Amino acid sequence: MKTEFSDLIGKEYPPFKVDVEKGRVGFFAKAIGAKDPVHFDEKEAKANGYRGIIAPLTFGYTIAMDAGQSFNALDDMNVDKTRAVHGEQGFTYHDDICVGDTISGRQEITDIYDKKDGALIFVETAIKLRNQLGKDVVDLHSVIVIRNG
Amino acid sequence: MNKHTDIANLKPGESIPDLVHGPITRTELALFAGASGDHNPIHLDDAAAQAGGLPGVIVHGMLMMAILGRMLTEQVSQTQVRRFSNRFAAMAVPGDTITCRGVITEKRELDGETLVDLDINAANQDGAVLLKGSATLAVTGN
Repeated sequence: MKTEFSDLIGKEYPPFKVDVEKGRVGFFAKAIGAKDPVHFDEKEAKANGYRGIIAPLTFGYTIAMDAGQSFNALDDMNVDKTRAVHGEQGFTYHDDICVGDTISGRQEITDIYDKKDGALIFVETAIKLRNQLGKDVVDLHSVIVIRNG
Repeated sequence: MNKHTDIANLKPGESIPDLVHGPITRTELALFAGASGDHNPIHLDDAAAQAGGLPGVIVHGMLMMAILGRMLTEQVSQTQVRRFSNRFAAMAVPGDTITCRGVITEKRELDGETLVDLDINAANQDGAVLLKGSATLAVTGN
């Protein structure tokens, strides 16, 4: 069903850039229990065929969060953030995100709809991440669910 | 390059090895908050979580997803993972042990590569499904 927010569908937010730092990638890998040296050691990463130390699979979400992209849509909708939950997350991979990369991206609202007679509002967003070489690295797809009223 | 399991030889209906993680501690939530940049106090501070209507702190959904992703990268190299997504079906709390599972659903050829699709999920020690999703892995080439 259409919602009062349908004007926001297709809205694009300003582009952002984030530098991928070695310490941060290692800290993230440690925090998720990843022990593979490709996340910590440049020699090991290169010996395994990577351009450099690689960020774990879900690190693209942290790049977007660091760039302040988490609440773009909720702020525009003026909804209480405590009513919002992360419903779904998807990643499509094109290339590795490596330490030393500068990752750029921009977020777009791709859909807003409701279910259960408006009790739940679903906001879908897409972010395409690209590296400093102009290559697409990861596409993020997020669904945020808002309890309405 | 496959690491452990020769996924190319698995057939639809067959499983990749489970990954078991836990029990999850509050220390892990604090580390993940710092490492991921998600400083929402519902993952760190019982009083803040309770003010939001929760019984106490809950595990970051993206921490659970990262653990589910590790199930994939412990079997194949990261460049073989082409797609990875999940729905956040239920919350986990400190003390929970998460078991991640993956079952092959389809094997297909695309542009000279063999791709394997999997249904993946993560459940707690009571069998409640926390994450439900799917992934696509390339099993030839690199």
